[in-house]
Amino acid sequence: MITFIRQNMKALLLTMLIVLKVLLAASGNEMAHDSARAGGETNKIEIRDFMFNPPTITVKSGQTITWINRDEEPHTIVSVGKKFQKSSALDTDQQFSITAGAPGIYEYFCSVHPKMTGTIVVEQ
Amino acid sequence: MNDHNHILHDHEHDGIDRRGFLKCMAWAGTGVLWTVTGGVLVSRTLAQIAKLDPSSLAATDLSFLQISDSHIGFSKEANKDVTETFKIALDRINALPAPPSFLIHTGDITQLSKPEEFDTFDQLAKGCRTKDIFFVPGEHDVLNDGGKIYRDRYLKSVEAKGSGWYSFNKNGLHFIGLVNVLNLEAGGLGQLGDDQLEWLQADLKDLPSETPVVVFAHIPLWTVYPQWGWGTSDSERALSYLKRFGSVTVLNGHIHQVLQKVEGNITFHTAMSTAFPQPAPGAAASPGPLKVPAEKLRSMLGLTSVHYKQGNSSLAVIDSNLSQPKI
Repeated sequence: MITFIRQNMKALLLTMLIVLKVLLAASGNEMAHDSARAGGETNKIEIRDFMFNPPTITVKSGQTITWINRDEEPHTIVSVGKKFQKSSALDTDQQFSITAGAPGIYEYFCSVHPKMTGTIVVEQ
Repeated sequence: MNDHNHILHDHEHDGIDRRGFLKCMAWAGTGVLWTVTGGVLVSRTLAQIAKLDPSSLAATDLSFLQISDSHIGFSKEANKDVTETFKIALDRINALPAPPSFLIHTGDITQLSKPEEFDTFDQLAKGCRTKDIFFVPGEHDVLNDGGKIYRDRYLKSVEAKGSGWYSFNKNGLHFIGLVNVLNLEAGGLGQLGDDQLEWLQADLKDLPSETPVVVFAHIPLWTVYPQWGWGTSDSERALSYLKRFGSVTVLNGHIHQVLQKVEGNITFHTAMSTAFPQPAPGAAASPGPLKVPAEKLRSMLGLTSVHYKQGNSSLAVIDSNLSQPKI
């Protein structure tokens, strides 16, 4: 019984996520901060040794991008030209996610260590 | 007297020979005491000072002490108890035969700019016999709010401008605290910005060239290692305003190790951290905290040296290198 409810809930959640994803893709003007940390397609960028890895990532509009900090130093994700919401300082193992919006090239950097830079290429 | 234009070890005024320097302090809880005698700045590590005859200090015009990078809130492997090592630093300051007139903290008070981290620092600092502390922020102190908490707490005793820069005079010296950790640009280094540079130019405009100037900021104002961001992109402009002065001492933190450089009349010096060491420039994959065996942590070997040149007069240099677990 409990399993049955769980499965149903899981199906419901999945449906909701798909709807959400479609809505986000349709709205598509800006990169949105994805606080739900959901998204079917997750593109991970690992921060290690003061570098974004991979430094350039190509995603489709509507996909989720997640950074995870593996350093013992705090890092931030800040868009050059403020094209998407910046993260707060991420401590070790903390994550930050956004959903890719309109197609284009988005440069970002760590405002604590500005030598750290990365690029997101969003395709249709 | 020493020959001019030579880098000399100062055996004469500190009562400590080279062996004494080599036995100097543990890295954890280090600080550098700066003394001014006859207009000449000399630095000594706390361990050296503890061995000095108090009367030799009484003869100086002014003494102050630099601490840096306390990183309160850091609890990773490189040092799981930065509070303890900061306390050791304060204990050593309190144990000095003659207390310094004031402290300068060259930034990274906290690890993550959290109010509770600032609270801990403030609470600990109350235990210091020397009450006056002049601050500049590190990037760790301005992480999420552009430095608001920092400014609200640490600039009460100064007339700060802009994002928190200021100057003051003590015993004939002119001190300047600069902010180079805000509004950083992608791919860049530390930055002072036009507003601060214009203020600096105006601040120095009417100051006689013979006034000794001490500049302090978190990120080095000379290019230590740009690959790791260890430098300030527009520091050259700041230095151009300082070139006419006979004696300029630039004190920085950020890199958790002692490095120095002399350029004309300007001496650049970086201080050790009270929290954890960082690798030498380029000696590791990244500038992250350097992990050393636990038993070595407090005896991490360090280097402290300072040059000071006043016109064509003698150049005093004090080296301190390495340390013993117990002083």
